Amino acid sequence: MSDFILGPFWNFAVIVFTAGVVGRIAMILMCGLSKDLAAARGSSVTGAVGTVARRFFPRKETVKSNRFHIIAGYMFHIGLLALLFFAAPHVQFLKNHLLGFGWPAMPHWAFILSAEIAFAGLILLWLRRVMHPVTRLLTRLDDHLAAWLTFFAMVTGCLALFESFAGLRVLHILGVELLMIYFPFSNLMHAFTFFLSRGTTGARAGRHGVKA
Amino acid sequence: MSSTTTYEPELDFEKGADVLKRQIDWRVASYFSSCVHCGLCAEACQFYVETGDPRYTPIYKLEPLKKVWRQEYTFFGKMAKALGITKPLSEKDFVDWEDLVYDSCTLCARCSMVCPVGNDIAYMIRKEREGFSAAGFAPDELKGATKRAVETGSPMGVTWKALSAQIKHIERETGLPVPVDVKGAEYLGLLSSLEIMGFPEYISSLTRILHQAGVSWTLSSETFEATNSGIQIGDSKVAAELVERVLKVATDLEVSNIISPECGHAYTAIRWESANLIGKPIPFRVVHIVELLDELKRNGRISTTGKTDVKLTFHDPCNLVRKGGVVEEPRRLLNSVASDFVEMKQHGVMNWCCGGGGGVSANDRASGLRLAAFNIKKRQLDELGVNTLVTACANCRNILEEGIEHNEMDVEVVGLTELIAEYLDPPEAGESDSTS
Ligand code: SF4
Ligand code: SF4
Repeated sequence: MSDFILGPFWNFAVIVFTAGVVGRIAMILMCGLSKDLAAARGSSVTGAVGTVARRFFPRKETVKSNRFHIIAGYMFHIGLLALLFFAAPHVQFLKNHLLGFGWPAMPHWAFILSAEIAFAGLILLWLRRVMHPVTRLLTRLDDHLAAWLTFFAMVTGCLALFESFAGLRVLHILGVELLMIYFPFSNLMHAFTFFLSRGTTGARAGRHGVKA
Repeated sequence: MSSTTTYEPELDFEKGADVLKRQIDWRVASYFSSCVHCGLCAEACQFYVETGDPRYTPIYKLEPLKKVWRQEYTFFGKMAKALGITKPLSEKDFVDWEDLVYDSCTLCARCSMVCPVGNDIAYMIRKEREGFSAAGFAPDELKGATKRAVETGSPMGVTWKALSAQIKHIERETGLPVPVDVKGAEYLGLLSSLEIMGFPEYISSLTRILHQAGVSWTLSSETFEATNSGIQIGDSKVAAELVERVLKVATDLEVSNIISPECGHAYTAIRWESANLIGKPIPFRVVHIVELLDELKRNGRISTTGKTDVKLTFHDPCNLVRKGGVVEEPRRLLNSVASDFVEMKQHGVMNWCCGGGGGVSANDRASGLRLAAFNIKKRQLDELGVNTLVTACANCRNILEEGIEHNEMDVEVVGLTELIAEYLDPPEAGESDSTS
């Protein structure tokens, strides 16, 4: 079973993920967009770059009313990115299988801290999702599946690093594979499409001389 | 484009569904793909903030359009539709969402400024209205205004006869001629019906200022209306027709510039949407009156003397700041004639809407919501303790006055052009002294 998970199923997940993400982005772009023919007041390129960068941070006017979500959102995303790119096994994996080069991994204490922050963030976001009237209204099964699959991959990943028992690494990889397969069909796609959505809003706003 | 001379909307679900499908461009597809259902846009919308009703969450107003996108453009959506797991778009969606699409959205675009994945929600609601109006689901007042705009040239049914009577009055008051149908003038001035009927002081102020600046300008007796009901209701065909009427007289009168009046959505219509509606760039420069005044002032073509020491603040029309980047111009102008200009906490690109944009002002059944939304403005004004509120949009002015009256507040609303005209140096005939 573990041979299947580490072999053919891994390859399958990689293919679905890659083809799915590329296909999904292609489908978005194929929807077409009519050119803005109004005389420009500013630069669309500066606007696009600016908005992609600026939306990493909340507008100061909105911080007070969205404090809980903003903090939980940062916790989850920063913690997750730290784990993804700086956990020792991941650095090793990226070096050996993908990039051919690596970088220093984070120490064990930083791993624990990142994992705790990411877990707390994910749980807080999910609790808000099920408790806040707005997110309750907006939430679909997809949002829950995405959260649970991410949670599963993170839990098994942490346990695997503690090497509680040998099968955990395989279980973690299975979790990651399921996440990869589900990814292109879900709103996890925002990890890629946010460039498009922020970029196109920023480009249009930039042409209009608006700092969006 | 064939000329439209009448507007008779009918209930036609198939047509609406088809038009809605055609609204999905890659901006919309990327927005729906990116939305993480975080709900942060809710707190940006005056209607949610003041009612606490989650249905007023901006992205939720887009459920019908999202349904179309999901079922036509996503793997699981297509599959679920094919297997009968999800229901296809139905007339019920139009019925259930009509109030969200028209009553609780002023197209102010404040939500578009805060979404973490960058979704321009107002852009999508504008598009969604195309489907709703094609299906015949729009407020009666907006349908009526659109019909009047198409058939008479004015959403309020204001005729040239009514305007020319105002012009005669203004000429007597100012002692200056109001140029009409002057071929070869530099600028074509446009007006909104609301200004003609409710705030004619804008026209006299414009006359006095442009006279002092030595600007050659003209009104057109054929087309004088700047507002565009087609954009508000979401009917691009009507919107294009109304825009083409303006472009036609601009061409006939051989002007090179068009002045948008003190009206936010008229500015968006002529400045930003006109070329896209007719499918080619327009050969005219379009400026909002505030941009023109700022330009004339900086070039030394108009000068003012003295300042009001009355404490006042400025309400940014959403279309100017969030759709046109006109943020600094009104402030430069205000500072030149007011010594105690104070800002509301949330101003400029993050201003709160008056509550009546996007056709909400014309929509009777939305009046309760509109007044609820005004509470934000009330708090902002109370916080500053001002009794004078300046703005640069007749529609905002009307709605603000409605809210002020409803709340029995002691606040006067003044148009920026009017304020500048009051401090002209040398003063022209007909000057008044209401804020000093
Ligand atoms: S803020 Fe943006 S991502 Fe969040 S729910 Fe609203 S539209 Fe979706
Ligand atoms: S455009 Fe303005 S009124 Fe409409 S949903 Fe967004 S914030 Fe609310």
